Amino acid sequence: MEYAVISLLNGTAYGLLLFMLSSGLTLTFSMMGVLNFAHASFYMFGAYFAYALSQKLGFWAALVLAPLFVGLVGAAVERFGLRSLHRYGHIPELLLTYGLAYIMAEVVQVIWGRSPVPYALPAELQGTLFRVFNTNFPVFRGFMMLIALAMMGATWLALTRTRVGLVIQASLTHPEMVQALGHDVPRVFMLVFGLGCALAGVAGVLGGLVFTTEPAMAQMVGGIIFVVVVIGGLGSLGGALLASLLLGILQSFAISLDYSTASVLRALGLLKQPVADAQSLLNVSIAQLAPVLPYLLLVLILIFRPRGLFGTRDT
Amino acid sequence: MKRSLIPAVALGALAALAGQGASAEKVRIAMIDPGSGPFAAVAANWFKTQQLAVEMVNASKAAGEHTLEVVQFDNKGSTQESLILLRNVADQGFHYVTQGGSSAVGAALIDAVNKHNERNPGKEIVYLDTLNADPELTNAKCSFWHFAFAPNTNMSTEALTTELANNPKVKKVYIIGQNYPFGQAVSRATKELLKRKRADIEVVGDDLHPLGQVKDFSPYIAKINASGADTVVTGNWGPDLTLLLKAGNEAGLRVNFYTYFANTFGVPLALDPSIAGRLKNIAPYSPNNAGFVGKDFVEGFKKRYNEDFILLGNQAAIASLAEGIRRAKSTDPVKVAYAMEGMKLQGLSGEMELRKSDHQMQAPLYVTSWSRLNGKDVKYDQNDTGYGWQVERRIDAYVAAQPTSCAMTRPAQR
Repeated sequence: MEYAVISLLNGTAYGLLLFMLSSGLTLTFSMMGVLNFAHASFYMFGAYFAYALSQKLGFWAALVLAPLFVGLVGAAVERFGLRSLHRYGHIPELLLTYGLAYIMAEVVQVIWGRSPVPYALPAELQGTLFRVFNTNFPVFRGFMMLIALAMMGATWLALTRTRVGLVIQASLTHPEMVQALGHDVPRVFMLVFGLGCALAGVAGVLGGLVFTTEPAMAQMVGGIIFVVVVIGGLGSLGGALLASLLLGILQSFAISLDYSTASVLRALGLLKQPVADAQSLLNVSIAQLAPVLPYLLLVLILIFRPRGLFGTRDT
Repeated sequence: MKRSLIPAVALGALAALAGQGASAEKVRIAMIDPGSGPFAAVAANWFKTQQLAVEMVNASKAAGEHTLEVVQFDNKGSTQESLILLRNVADQGFHYVTQGGSSAVGAALIDAVNKHNERNPGKEIVYLDTLNADPELTNAKCSFWHFAFAPNTNMSTEALTTELANNPKVKKVYIIGQNYPFGQAVSRATKELLKRKRADIEVVGDDLHPLGQVKDFSPYIAKINASGADTVVTGNWGPDLTLLLKAGNEAGLRVNFYTYFANTFGVPLALDPSIAGRLKNIAPYSPNNAGFVGKDFVEGFKKRYNEDFILLGNQAAIASLAEGIRRAKSTDPVKVAYAMEGMKLQGLSGEMELRKSDHQMQAPLYVTSWSRLNGKDVKYDQNDTGYGWQVERRIDAYVAAQPTSCAMTRPAQR
């Protein structure tokens, strides 16, 4: 019971972090059809910007300014890179973001060096929020969950309940019509891409604190965010949230299950002796498989429901 | 064409004359390790260590009249690239190679060096293995041309379990590691040795997770917490280690961590001060040893590169090569390798011996504890954190020594 509660909490917190990471990606995809391979790099930029800014202005200013700067970089990428490629279709756009990821990784190393930077928690966020049984739940995790939910709410409201949101949605399906009504469609796209990157920036400000701020940090999350977006359904914000929580909680619980094929067979009386070879496939436990589960789920989803949980179109 | 040939010939003749006249030679060492990619920063620190060691050797004439020089070649972390580079440096006339970033690369290099030396008598290469920890390299794969300057896994685990067995407070141990040969070896050896040394210690958990794939360690911490462990043993390194320690701290897990790599490049930056006293590391060297042996090197390194000298193997390899050259009174790789075999010398960590039977360096190991600087026995910190590695216990070489199954074939002596 105690363990289940802690695992649920851990899983939810991790799930919400995953959601923060992937919400911007799913947004740019659903609005513009651009699959941004450099998304994780914008996340890394967010962490490094926040580190640099927090040295000078403190953490709270960095929390606001760093995503803003990341958004500006994103908007510039759209304005001077993606826009001119837009008419050639999605493949050139995809290739551009792919190359961009490499360039951004190098930029970070040139400016901040190859080793991790000491980006640390502000004093206000240190300490324990509450204690469940004998495990601390840190203030910072609670803060992170709050920000993730706020991000979700704000993005959703902005897209569905505001005029800008309506224009953005219309620009995706009927760009000529929207243009004819006097809206600057390219500028809308620039805004959306910038916003998507800024969301990655927010995730970076917090992710850099949870993990380590280092040049390899983009690589570390690069795979998992695509898993989230594909499982949730490309372009679906709600789907991304559900998929993130699902993955987070699934992984947390899987780690606690030490059952392996051999142990199940033994419990059923089908196997008399324990399997001596520790590396035998029969001895691989669910706990050992836990970190691979997201990818397994990805494959299953692609086979049985290629559009993802909440997706609206097949890709 | 004819005109340009004359000065070239003259120069060649001059060079040959010069070569005959002065017997002092410049011995070039090729370091084959990552110069790009995720491990570039780490390997840059190794290279700097070797470079400073070379400079100190040259300044003190430790290699007699000869001088050393080290050049870095980027193997991009790949075995294939390393083998190409080996051929390359052999063609460029190198006789000494260092490498330490991967035991897999190390195993391939041993094979390649063996083959090269067999086919190219007079152009032999000696392979100085700075950091690889796979015991196979000095057992099944052992070679006359290979010298290992870092303790292998079995030696470190032997030392670590001795320490655990001697600590009456240790009752329940949890083992967690990365799911690859090193992590598996640590898990296996720890369980075996603990059973032999102190059967009353209970192993309450044994987890393997994929290498570099886990972002959130809190589920593992919850599991450790639920198991009631008082001690965690981990062979993790890099992000897998920092994230594990971080998650443990966040959840308020009050256990002792015994690690192999907590002093490696960049890890201390991610540590929370509250882990001081509970984080132990088994290392071949700590600058805070009794008497601060090696402080010239430590201080010189900090001043020169503004980084910390961390891994003894890099310095020990260069110092041993210099001593080997001095004793052999030659730079001929066969003679130097024979001189290095069984050689004993005073290293930064105490007396080192390059054991003749398998070329595995035998030297003391240290149980160190992450502690705040106090100016007395913790004078040197790491990464300017204000915390450094306090020596809790020195484990003599014979305690950690392992038997070897090495059957070495030796070339004809020159």
